[in-house]
Amino acid sequence: MADFPLIYERSKPGRRGAQPPAVREFDLAGALGEENLRREPPRLPEVSELDLVRHYTQLAHRQFSIDANFYPLGSCTMKYNPKVNEEAARLFADLHPYQAPETAQGALQLMYELQHDLCAITGMDAFSLQPAAGAHGELAGVLMIRAYHESRGEGEQRRVVLVPDSAHGTNPATAAMAGYEVREVPTGPSGEVDLEAFRAAMGPHVAAVMLTNPNTLGLFERRIVELARAAHAAGALLYYDGANLNAILGRVRPGDMGFDVVHLNLHKTFTTPHGGGGPGTGPVGVKARLAEFLPVPVIEKRGDEYVAVEDRPRSVGRMRSHFGNFGNLVRAYTYIRALGREGLRQVSGYAVLNANYLRVRLKELGFRVPFDRVNMHEFVAQPPEGLKTLDVAKALLDHGMHPMTVYFPLTVKEAMMIEPTETESLETLDAYVDALGQVLERAAADPDYLKGAPYETPVRRLDEVKAARQPVLRYAFEEG
Amino acid sequence: MRYHPHTPEDERRALETVGAGSIEELFADLPAELRDPDVDLPPGMDEAALLEHMRALAEKNSTRGPDFLGGGIRRHFIPSVTPHLALQSEFVTAYTPYQPEVSQGILQATFEYQTMMCELTGLDVSNASMYDGASATAEAALLAVRHTGRDRVVVSRGVHPETRAVIETYLRPLGVSIDVAELSPLTTAGLDLSDEVAGVIVQQPNFLGYLEEMRRLTDEAHAAGALMVAVVDPLSLALLTPPGAYGADVAVGDGQTLGNPPAFGGPTFGFMVVRQELLRQFPGRIVGQTTDVDGKRAFVLTLQAREQHIRRSKAKSNICTNHQLTALMATINVAALGPEGLRQVAAGSVERAHALAQRLAAAGFAPLAGSRFFAEFVLPVALPAEEVRSALARRGVHAGVPVPEEYGLGDAVVLAATERVSDDDIDALVRALDEVGAKRPEAVARG
Amino acid sequence: MRTPDDLRYAKTHEWARKDDDGTVVVGITDFAQDQLGDVVFVELPEVGRKVAKGDTVAVIESVKTASDIYAPMSGEVVAVNTALESRPETINESPYEEGWLFSLAPSSVAEYDELLDAQAYGSTLEEG
Repeated sequence: MADFPLIYERSKPGRRGAQPPAVREFDLAGALGEENLRREPPRLPEVSELDLVRHYTQLAHRQFSIDANFYPLGSCTMKYNPKVNEEAARLFADLHPYQAPETAQGALQLMYELQHDLCAITGMDAFSLQPAAGAHGELAGVLMIRAYHESRGEGEQRRVVLVPDSAHGTNPATAAMAGYEVREVPTGPSGEVDLEAFRAAMGPHVAAVMLTNPNTLGLFERRIVELARAAHAAGALLYYDGANLNAILGRVRPGDMGFDVVHLNLHKTFTTPHGGGGPGTGPVGVKARLAEFLPVPVIEKRGDEYVAVEDRPRSVGRMRSHFGNFGNLVRAYTYIRALGREGLRQVSGYAVLNANYLRVRLKELGFRVPFDRVNMHEFVAQPPEGLKTLDVAKALLDHGMHPMTVYFPLTVKEAMMIEPTETESLETLDAYVDALGQVLERAAADPDYLKGAPYETPVRRLDEVKAARQPVLRYAFEEG
Repeated sequence: MRYHPHTPEDERRALETVGAGSIEELFADLPAELRDPDVDLPPGMDEAALLEHMRALAEKNSTRGPDFLGGGIRRHFIPSVTPHLALQSEFVTAYTPYQPEVSQGILQATFEYQTMMCELTGLDVSNASMYDGASATAEAALLAVRHTGRDRVVVSRGVHPETRAVIETYLRPLGVSIDVAELSPLTTAGLDLSDEVAGVIVQQPNFLGYLEEMRRLTDEAHAAGALMVAVVDPLSLALLTPPGAYGADVAVGDGQTLGNPPAFGGPTFGFMVVRQELLRQFPGRIVGQTTDVDGKRAFVLTLQAREQHIRRSKAKSNICTNHQLTALMATINVAALGPEGLRQVAAGSVERAHALAQRLAAAGFAPLAGSRFFAEFVLPVALPAEEVRSALARRGVHAGVPVPEEYGLGDAVVLAATERVSDDDIDALVRALDEVGAKRPEAVARG
Repeated sequence: MRTPDDLRYAKTHEWARKDDDGTVVVGITDFAQDQLGDVVFVELPEVGRKVAKGDTVAVIESVKTASDIYAPMSGEVVAVNTALESRPETINESPYEEGWLFSLAPSSVAEYDELLDAQAYGSTLEEG
């Protein structure tokens, strides 16, 4: 069977799709200067509108998505993306960031209220909605920590950022981008940060410690108040990676736990769509003593007017152009208003219930659970002895389900991290368990079966080594 | 509203399996003194009330009326087929394609995107998109520093002020110095480059709308051993000499003009395309082509060892999420238009902008039309720029991106025109500018 | 798992071989290449670079990992195995011979003797 064509392979010279307004006669070369004109036109697809539609519709059919498939990816919070959010976002799509602010008061009011809502949810005092992704929010947060220490004359002295060895890769990468040296703190046997090792690593040379709670094993750091105290006593700041906020919405707040800086992932907890990899949104929140360092612009209310304020002399600066991923801010705002305080609290309750339900049922099947106690919204498991996580994951694809997160966190061998979220029914969870059961049965009967999986997907296991050794990163047009 | 499906029966069954008496019990690990805080949020709403609320907010915005807003974001023609295809739920609600066997849709579309960006810019390798033009430019500055081992960058004042601000945010913590190359008066003058300069960053067309001499500036950068980073409007590349042709090492910019609505500034997407030699230093996700066990062509995320989830503190960047969906929208839009359609959109914008400038000159205004411009140009005005913009808005015309003081042009605005602008729109703008007293007939002399 | 007797080893899985002309050739062990999986790319140091014992000198990438390679001794890099640019898989196929990474002109001969011998290295592998 022939390869699925690229749009360039459906292209035929002279084919036209959409028709923009006609261009009036004028001297283009005169206006732009002959020397500035392109000699060779770019090789772009020439397809009819129907060919275009067939191509991208068929491509969509070669893609898993939450709308069609169960996606229990640990640390990603793949919950349902409500369609009413899309309806709301459409109402604001045509706004230009440079239109007169008096003509965009609705947009500015939305951002102002969202800043407040996120403070209420997290227990922080001020928020910037600018950062475009979690990692971007982390960078803003770490830059603010830097600015804080510099303002107190301790910038030179505090060169180290601590992260747990189970941390998500963006944490150390971000700290390095902000000019810090990264040191790891070990996880203890309980799966939580080793408090003694933490205390030993803490000191006047430490700028900050980056934590997430629950941590990347899905476990609540029970001694968080003590950790916070130890960090603050040494003059260091506490950074909260908000990736796992879904577990604690309405139950406990990072601000109350002692965190000084928080970033949220609106594309996780607050249902803005993942879009196949982005755009995300990573607002960053701080306690009052850091508010002056927030990235600009910040939305303020002055009398009856909403104003985007850029003139903040101690701000760490701009993280990106314009206001942020505004379209996603609308979606998150819509979700928060839809659920309200009680609704958000129910989110964490059912997220945690679903995750524990799966943990118990997977254990019954023979999966190993290294931390066998009540977990939060996600948990880590390992396949039965002798099976590889990768093979189990690939075999699940044949059952129409997306595998769990694999090989993260790095501290557990053959790790599988599973997060069902609150929007899945028990029937779906049971079907997932059944599918895994079938995979295990197949593996027992025929050990090689798993190694060759998947069998039913549009393409099967890929040669990733070849892709890296001989990179082909764009279409090679036939010359001549 | 609620999106969890659990009935009381479901809840009972799940709790029984888990061996807990209530959901509250599952939160026993939380410190008692911190539990169940007061969260100051209004109660939830049903869908009808929710949409009413959102409409009421939207009604406090106004977008109707002739539009001449630019500054890097413009409302171009986007055929209906573009959002119809890009917003299919399989593209919208998919995750990052880490399991390629079930993600060929996103992966192939990204490969097509990468190809498109290489064709437009004339360079060798594109990543799968970044957050926006400003942060992509900052990352390009970091790439130049990594590649050359030097610690200064030179940025033209013609680069968008917000982009320059973001470059500063990214480079300051790493101790990299930034020198600004001045405009004289509307385009970048000669660069005075030491051998400490890692990269030179110039925008084409620049923030004021004018065309820079990219070939000359690139040669100057290379003579000093520095990289040339070209910040480009991708739509302009349908007509203008691409960065690869004048020897640039990196092309970055914001992709909004290729087919996303203005969306109050976001999400759009950033792009980065580089010479082959810079591949290993290059941040961001990349999709590559390979085969599966049956020999079928397939696409996969590759060269991941550069990225944060593998290299952690030694990654080329901390970037994880990209701007996949908005990049997809641009890919589909360019395929919908084809090379001829894209050319039309670009050429139409150039023609309308020049028609506007001529009409203004004929009406006694003094637009700065001496230097070549693409689809945006500067109009000196007799009142502070923000006042002009507000006064025009009161008359139902959206125009007048303020030119900041740093350009030394006095009170001035940037005007843009896209292919959608009609003769009536132009008349309305000219009339409105006159009525609000914005006319400044004398030419601006800049020392 | 091969661990040739005539080589010296570092705990971080590099091997070193003293050649007749006094230079020391460095590579990674059979154990290391097996752990890494299929090598897809090698980042080698520049000839002429001066390194201290323990410095990160090279990076070996497989599809899912990137491993830092540390200098087992101090000295100056005098040669790198450029053949690895087109055939990184040579490291998997022949880690001790064709898959060598770089060679050093050592600044301290004593450091060679500080390295583990085959038996001592083999024990570290068993400890796991």
